[in-house]
Amino acid sequence: MSEINNQNNKESLEHVAANGLINRRHLLGLGLAGAGGLIASSVMAADSTRVEIPGWSKVPGRDPSGYGSPSSFANSYQRLAGAPSAVLPGSGVSRTPLHLLQGNITPNGLHFERHHSGIPAIDPAQHRLVIHGMVRQPLEFSYEDLLAYPMQTRIYFLECSGNSGANTGATAGDSSAAAIHGLLSCSEWTGVSLASLLDETGIVDGATWVTSTGADGASMGRSIPLNKALRDVFIALYQNGEPIRPEQGYPMRLFVPGWEGNVSVKWLTQIKLADGPANFRDETSKYTDLLPDGKALQFTYPMGVKSLITSPSGQMSLRRQGLHEVTGVAWSGSGAITRVEVSADGGRSWADAHLDGTGQDLALTRFRIPWLWEGGPAVLQSRATDSTGQVQPTRATVLANYDAVNRYHFNGIQSWSVSAQGEVKNVYA
Amino acid sequence: MSMPKRRELFALACSALLSAALVAQETPSLGTPVSEAQLQGWDLIVSPDGQGLPSGSGTAAQGKEVYIQQCAACHGLEGQGGAGVPGLVGGSTTSRPALLTVGSYWPYTSTLYDYVRRAMPPTAPKSLSDTQVYQVVAYILHLNGLVDEDVVVDSASLPKIEMPNHAGFIDRSQVQ
Ligand code: HEC
Repeated sequence: MSEINNQNNKESLEHVAANGLINRRHLLGLGLAGAGGLIASSVMAADSTRVEIPGWSKVPGRDPSGYGSPSSFANSYQRLAGAPSAVLPGSGVSRTPLHLLQGNITPNGLHFERHHSGIPAIDPAQHRLVIHGMVRQPLEFSYEDLLAYPMQTRIYFLECSGNSGANTGATAGDSSAAAIHGLLSCSEWTGVSLASLLDETGIVDGATWVTSTGADGASMGRSIPLNKALRDVFIALYQNGEPIRPEQGYPMRLFVPGWEGNVSVKWLTQIKLADGPANFRDETSKYTDLLPDGKALQFTYPMGVKSLITSPSGQMSLRRQGLHEVTGVAWSGSGAITRVEVSADGGRSWADAHLDGTGQDLALTRFRIPWLWEGGPAVLQSRATDSTGQVQPTRATVLANYDAVNRYHFNGIQSWSVSAQGEVKNVYA
Repeated sequence: MSMPKRRELFALACSALLSAALVAQETPSLGTPVSEAQLQGWDLIVSPDGQGLPSGSGTAAQGKEVYIQQCAACHGLEGQGGAGVPGLVGGSTTSRPALLTVGSYWPYTSTLYDYVRRAMPPTAPKSLSDTQVYQVVAYILHLNGLVDEDVVVDSASLPKIEMPNHAGFIDRSQVQ
């Protein structure tokens, strides 16, 4: 009986691209019973044991607490943290476990980290933000001062310029989505607009750049043009409703929407207006993009239009044939995501995925599409388009633009191969 | 940066400011005045034209001592680098694979002073005196064959030392 159901459903499914991609609306119309018929025998193999009331339903649970933590059964939701550096104390990264998460918002404890000299322990009562340089009146603000200012709340992604750099290497590493793409997170940020503070200091004629430094050991600094600073840059004080975490710059960070993460200076303590960029180390030696001819692009701020499938993704395995949801995230540093296409045959045929995001500029957009895996080999890809009309390029197209040592701003299409055994691997396709 | 571009930037900044002014009328104006004099020694930014360079000076001959004691353990006696530590000399932007170092890649000497003073050595950033920074900067430039041993490096001479790759960058800051 189930065999027959299975056959009927397979035939009635509306295939929207080769190798098993299915029209989502059609599938929803089928209802659970219809879709269930596609899922292999485990569902059918119910035994006759009586269902018991579980032990936890027979005792009182634990008390409420001051600050919640995840279930002890969900303790595999961890950042992928690199080993501590022997030569650069506190420096390094931890990556967001994109392959484990759902939705569009990254939990605060799982937001990626990149530090150049560790996480400083800052007492907010002693921290100061100084705005000076080409301003009419240099001013100093305390944390408490800023808390009293009108605020704005926005959902924005943050991506390290070096994110996905692993896939610029000559051979595809057998890595997870987190290991390759985990320098990407998305939060609801709340803070004070920089324009309002600059209005208070006044701006001297001829000022065209804003240079900022943090209060960490490296006093990391970056420069951005004043026109961007006045457009949408703000001092972030809250992340997903609570004070930003120490690893995100507590008590305050600069937030520069859509641009490479490094310019959103953490532990922000200095904003200096000038008539040119400071040319800090992290905008000359680093975070510049070497071209094939030996010249390098400098101040390449916006992150390109990009997407990746987070499930199924590298190092996962499909344990059964049948219906799967292919899902992932898309984003662009230039606008909103308007379209994500998915391919199951390495880019030969594409189908539109359903967008399950906020539709907002500069935020992650979750996408989903049903996929019927019948045990054959497949190469899964996703390709995003943004509101400015930019389409995510192939890996080869991106690589052709740069010298081989460049690891920044890589937004090429990610390919995951699925073997006949269901093993999912990072491949170049 | 060329002049027309600057004017264009300024015009943009002005128009954005007008709208910002509307927002700002509602702020509580809690900033406390501070003077640039108060920020001396706290503001560590050095720009390519030499603005921000402190008084003091140093030569490569003097800097060798500082380098051996404070830097060589990680960056190597010749500045060749080590495991997880970048080299400070050699390489080229056109040889393949490209090797990008202070000598072959950095466009300005100001960046060297700025970075060493704020961030090196990593175990004790900001522990060198301004004079020690001049000395060790002179030594790194000397290792790259850019200054002689006895050239006095100070706020006047440092910005004038031209780096080999000073014209190697394409400014994309207005491609937003
Ligand atoms: C404990 C090891 C260690 C010591 C000691 C050390 N450095 Fe470094 N240095 C590093 C590491 C690691 C980096 C890379 C930092 C990064 O990428 O964030 C670095 C980076 C640099 C850079 C930038 C190189 C580039 O191409 O971007 C310069 C310049 C530098 N160091 C100079 C010095 C000087 C001068 C001293 C001595 C005063 C010194 N360092 C002492 C480990 C060290």
